[in-house]
Amino acid sequence: MAATLRDVTTYDLKLAAPLAAGFVLFFVTPLVILLALSFQTDPQGGHYGLTQYVNFLGDSFSLGVLGSTLWLGVKVTVLTLLLGYPVAWLHQRSPGWARGLIMLLVLLPLLTSVVVRTFAWVVILGRQGIVNATLSWIGLIDTPLKLLYTEGGVVVALAQVQMPLMVLPIITALSRIDPNFADASSVLGAGHWRTFRKVILPLSLPGIVAGCLLTYAAAITAFITQSLIGGGQMLFMPMYIYQQASTLQNWPFAAAISIVFLVSVLVVVSIFNALGRLSRGYANA
Amino acid sequence: MVSASPNGPASPRGQTLLLDGITQRYGTSLAVNEVTLDIRGGELVALLGPSGCGKTTLLRIIAGFLAQTKGHVMVGGKSVDGLPPNRRSVGIVFQNYALFPHMTVAENVAYGLDARGVDRATQRSEAQRMLDLVKLGHLGDRTPRQLSGGQQQRVALARALAVNPSILLLDEPFAALDKNLRLDMQIEVKRIQRLSGITTILVTHDQEEALSMADRVAVLSQGRLEQFSPPTEIYDAPDSLFVNTFVGSANLLGGVLVDSDRSAGRVRLDAGGLIETRAPKGDLQPGSRVTVCLRPEHLSVDPVGDDAETLNGVVEMGLPLGATVVHEIRVGDGTAVKVSEPRIQRTDLLAPGTPVRLAPVAPRLASVFAAA
Repeated sequence: MAATLRDVTTYDLKLAAPLAAGFVLFFVTPLVILLALSFQTDPQGGHYGLTQYVNFLGDSFSLGVLGSTLWLGVKVTVLTLLLGYPVAWLHQRSPGWARGLIMLLVLLPLLTSVVVRTFAWVVILGRQGIVNATLSWIGLIDTPLKLLYTEGGVVVALAQVQMPLMVLPIITALSRIDPNFADASSVLGAGHWRTFRKVILPLSLPGIVAGCLLTYAAAITAFITQSLIGGGQMLFMPMYIYQQASTLQNWPFAAAISIVFLVSVLVVVSIFNALGRLSRGYANA
Repeated sequence: MVSASPNGPASPRGQTLLLDGITQRYGTSLAVNEVTLDIRGGELVALLGPSGCGKTTLLRIIAGFLAQTKGHVMVGGKSVDGLPPNRRSVGIVFQNYALFPHMTVAENVAYGLDARGVDRATQRSEAQRMLDLVKLGHLGDRTPRQLSGGQQQRVALARALAVNPSILLLDEPFAALDKNLRLDMQIEVKRIQRLSGITTILVTHDQEEALSMADRVAVLSQGRLEQFSPPTEIYDAPDSLFVNTFVGSANLLGGVLVDSDRSAGRVRLDAGGLIETRAPKGDLQPGSRVTVCLRPEHLSVDPVGDDAETLNGVVEMGLPLGATVVHEIRVGDGTAVKVSEPRIQRTDLLAPGTPVRLAPVAPRLASVFAAA
């Protein structure tokens, strides 16, 4: 028995080898190089030290970019959750054919290129865009609102783009909840709202945590949407890194802020994961 | 078989429940067809039938999860038709118990009280009282997952009873328990039901469970009420061929009705012999084709005699089953008939091939229905 088990293990490892090799070559190695690069004191190479990190952490502009990027992620995640949860709920409550339709609508953003989706938002939010045209036609506004190149615009566009990442895990979590729970709650005298608050919401927490994690990670690193909708006035970490590396050719500094960004994201992800472990305590009964 | 008296005292706490001409239509199919049940306060009624007979639909209608297409549900003489589940004062024990996994046992039991705005201290003491009633007073701080199946069921019962409902609904509550535990829990539930005097509906497909626990049994088939009677009556005097074959086992023999009156009938069996039966069900004229139902214990196996008017056959197999002996006899028209006799009366198995005569142990035991 033990021998068989060991055989199975070695077999598995061999099968995973190509992927592992690719992972080491294209992920671990560049990361190590990036880390090494971040300790170079000068773009021309030579000395190693903490200069780049000191520069970043001592610079209020850089810290501001980091802060606004992390904060942007929070806003997008909250908006996506607020808009996505009802969609997941509706999906759960719908008859079969409507479920298929909702699922298609949820997945639709994933089936279009991110560039196309983002340019669609440019069209929607622009000065002559659909929103402004409609509002002025109704007569609510005289001059077009500035929607494009604002943080609000970025948040809305990112929320739409990342919606599937939020809705799908919540749908999964909701579908795992025994429908008898809601029935039991209701015969015990609870109305819809109490049933939701006391039973459905706590039991769907694992899905919420997973959805938030994915949305957050995707939102703060969404280079294309951030740059196109945000425009030149707003700077977030991915664009900041790009500028330092590509435009200013300051590779060590770009590497250092990448590492700082990576660590910040990891911290946020670990917090989410800890929450997820806590909430998993009472799902999967 | 434990059969409680159908005319047992109705508890003053128990509310009457009247299902008045309930019909439930799904598209073109009728899940429940004109079912009327008048249930006394404090009574335990079993809804018995195979899956798809409409018993679960009826339960969901009583609870308010479904609005019936036609008919009325009256609790204590008042219609509850327009009320949502949370205002019907109904308690349910689900087949899988549906205990909230993210709450402790005590929180589960207190849930309904909390929903009713009862203060914390009362919630705690009431939950404790209910847990004591189901003998789990010491497990309030556990989570449901840390409990065994039987314990979870007790918690589910305590949770349902904590809000002092008018009606208690049990949805196949024993199906998930193993056999020994099931009997214990059936006795326990019956004890608590008697103690609280709450009107109770037990939905089950298990005839033994229905017959042993219920004051009256409602047998359902394809959405229609086949019979609503005390357990012994269901078993001894079934109203329909379906009830006769669904509850207990029955030998079905074809025959022709010779004559009948209000109390008895006589049927000439295709397999041979004239048999005296209970009064036929329905309006049957002499000469009609009928099906005679004989339970295995209604027959005895005797040596072949000279009398021509008997049901003769040949032993196919004999099985000693502890307290009883069962013989399978192939009779004249080729039907295999099972005969069950107490082993005290028959110590030896009959060898296969032995020619025998089958005789009813008493007259008027067999039921007669129009031939299907």
